[in-house]
Amino acid sequence: MIIFKVENLVKYFGGLAAVNNVSFEVQKGEIFGLIGPNGSGKTTIFNLISSYFPVTSGRIYFKDQDITAFKTHKICKAGIGRTFQVVKPLGRLSVLDNVIAAAFARVQTKHEARDLALETLEFCGLAHRKEILAKSLPIGERKRLEITRAMATKPELLLLDETAAGLNPSELDTAIDLILKIQDRGVTIIIVEHIMKVIMTISDRIHAINFGQTIAHGSPEEVANDPAVIEAYLGEEYAHR
Amino acid sequence: MEVFLQTLVAGILKGGLYSLIGMGMSLIMGVMKIINLAHGQLMMVAMYITFACFHFLGLDPYLGLFIAMPALFLLGCLIQKYTLNPLMEVETILPENQVLMTVGIGMVLTEIARFIFTSDYKSVQTSYSGATFFIGETSFSVALVIAFFIAVLFTLIMFWFLLKTDIGRSIRATAQDKDAALLMGVNAKRITIITFGLGSALVAAAGTLLMPIYYLFPDIGGPFTRKAFVITILGGLGSTVGAIFGGVTLGLAEAFGATYIGMAFDDMIGLIIFILVLLFLPGGFKRLTKI
Amino acid sequence: MKKYAPFLLLFILIIFPLVIQNSYYQHLMILVLMWVVIGSGWNMIAGYTGQVSFGDAAFFGTGAYTAGLIASKLGLSAWWGMAFGGFTAMAVAFPFGWICFRLRGAYFALASLALNEICRHIATIWEDLTEGMVGILIMPSFLSKIPYYYIALALAVMSVLMVQIVMNSKWGYYFLSIREDQDAAESLGINTHHYKMISLNIAAFLTGMAGSLFMNYMGFIDPEVVFSLHDISIMAILVGIVGGVGTIYGPVVGAFVMVAVHEFFRTGFFGFFKGLAALTGSEHLTVAAKYIGQAHVLGFGILVVVVILVLPNGIVGDWGKIIRKVIPMKTKGVTT
Repeated sequence: MIIFKVENLVKYFGGLAAVNNVSFEVQKGEIFGLIGPNGSGKTTIFNLISSYFPVTSGRIYFKDQDITAFKTHKICKAGIGRTFQVVKPLGRLSVLDNVIAAAFARVQTKHEARDLALETLEFCGLAHRKEILAKSLPIGERKRLEITRAMATKPELLLLDETAAGLNPSELDTAIDLILKIQDRGVTIIIVEHIMKVIMTISDRIHAINFGQTIAHGSPEEVANDPAVIEAYLGEEYAHR
Repeated sequence: MEVFLQTLVAGILKGGLYSLIGMGMSLIMGVMKIINLAHGQLMMVAMYITFACFHFLGLDPYLGLFIAMPALFLLGCLIQKYTLNPLMEVETILPENQVLMTVGIGMVLTEIARFIFTSDYKSVQTSYSGATFFIGETSFSVALVIAFFIAVLFTLIMFWFLLKTDIGRSIRATAQDKDAALLMGVNAKRITIITFGLGSALVAAAGTLLMPIYYLFPDIGGPFTRKAFVITILGGLGSTVGAIFGGVTLGLAEAFGATYIGMAFDDMIGLIIFILVLLFLPGGFKRLTKI
Repeated sequence: MKKYAPFLLLFILIIFPLVIQNSYYQHLMILVLMWVVIGSGWNMIAGYTGQVSFGDAAFFGTGAYTAGLIASKLGLSAWWGMAFGGFTAMAVAFPFGWICFRLRGAYFALASLALNEICRHIATIWEDLTEGMVGILIMPSFLSKIPYYYIALALAVMSVLMVQIVMNSKWGYYFLSIREDQDAAESLGINTHHYKMISLNIAAFLTGMAGSLFMNYMGFIDPEVVFSLHDISIMAILVGIVGGVGTIYGPVVGAFVMVAVHEFFRTGFFGFFKGLAALTGSEHLTVAAKYIGQAHVLGFGILVVVVILVLPNGIVGDWGKIIRKVIPMKTKGVTT
């Protein structure tokens, strides 16, 4: 069953096309990888989905509902949670309060919100940090807090924006475990990631873009062997030298 | 038609001075991302300096520029260095701490002026204060015309400075992206200090140029601070080019308002513009022209 | 012990006018309680929601004029103002917030300042309604200060409780989220515009109520008094900051301190210089005493500068820092 779909998504900044005619469909329950070199438009697509800025043209559907014109907070209420590439903790609030604030998206009383928050913290393995101020968490746990907070809004679709970037190898493994655990709960995931190890191991299907345009899509193996993808990444590597 | 032309001229001439005020504010806004709510009060200080020079030394207001501007440059630098910059390191909840600080500074400046010069109205009477000349049927105030052209001159110098000198480029770089500028080796603290100094010097020029045709009292700062932020909002926060448009627009609006609506609404007009901009043109002129 | 401190404070406040019968001190305490109300309102929108208002006088003055006009135009008791003042202030806050909160950044702070001025101008110009600069004078209902005191106390207790209840609810969490990060807040399903409006309207309601109380108690208002930028709007910010930004009892502490400071400056250091002048017979000191009495705004300005530099989170917020500075030994002992 298709739970989420974007059709001919286009976004211009000034005269520049950041996203140009991208379409894809996401099956319920899968992990859908979105890859591409730096500046290829991945985060822009996330920001378009969660309505941080309006699309130039194209449509976005979630559960057969057109959500293109929804406001950001409505997107969350509709059942799409997201994390930020540059983490945005509610710094002077404790970790628990961060998650409680998120839980209020689904429950009304403080008691229920607290219960939901504690349960989510436990699920995401951050319960031992609940009393600490969010701003004093190390980066690895801040990324985890982002996921915890998004999970507390009980999403059916979760957008993960580079949650593995900047993590050390052992943190990377726990992050992968967590993502798979979230999938087991029946949450559909779209993941933007730079680290190939992560995206190739966990994604069911991958969609590759460059310069805002689709260059390949299919299973991880197919995409990894696609000449256009290899060129895009090698080209980027050469540019770095 | 005559009244219309007369009002138009008055508005544009006044607008030239307002541009100068707005540019100073926009510079500070651009680099520090704060609204300087002591801007009008700094102008008031400059006006008192000019007044004192005239009154005690017999110095012509236009020569007073050479004292008031450096003095205000220095005052601005000191304010930035010792009151605003330390706030950057302070851990605090309120993001508007620096703005609040400028309010406090404005209050202190006003009251010090009151302490020294009392609340009485002062003015500088020069031979050209009331002088006018005519082109066709339209009268031009000599002092206002001189002020306008000096304002234009300062604006040009300012743009040359921002576009061609190293410090000017650093200021623009800091305004665009502070972190990037830091990485490129710009001493951000020094830049903020210089910027606040420059902003203060510009508004000092405006104050001095107003002196021959205006009266002066300690509380004059408040209304001019409001004018300055209306201009800045009109121009699009932080845009120096926008500030020129904003200044002229406010000058014209005030002139036409005074002529066709009534003098009592003089101060209201800026505020009404402010609301209209918020409603219909958030982002100011910058959004229309993309400068 | 800490748990009972509010009750102890409340008890002291209840018996205060019965013990201290000096009407000057009762007057000051009424002002303190009024500022607790205003400070709590400011703290709600600025301290908790992060939208710093520079124009609380707009709401205060609206509340005051509501009470005043009910008395002068409708011939009813000005106490009806207490029923409507909060709501008329909300009626001002509503369109204002609706316009400003669509934009982020410095707009709200600036617009609140502008609102303050606009209200003052309207009250000055619209003479048919407001009597302009002449102001509104009403007969006080009570000769004794005690009834006013208890009404003010009730209002102050109500506002502190209101803040406490709100901050313990969903609204409170949402306000804090908006203060900390608006993008994150939106992503958590928080309609930031909507909740900023709620916060602003609570603040306006409380401030408007305080304004109505002021009209009833003082018996006289004019635009310069109730729409004053320095004496109301800036004072509200100082009450909020000095006590402690984003703390429930911060405005209570702030109101005490700021009313005392205000009085300190207004009376020329509690008449210190006047007394000294009388004692020494020095004419210079007499002049100095006169100036110092007039220069309370200067004192306020200096206070703003010093407070922001030294105590940016207020007495309650920076309590740990103050203790460390005053008793450095003690903290050393605790940490090691």
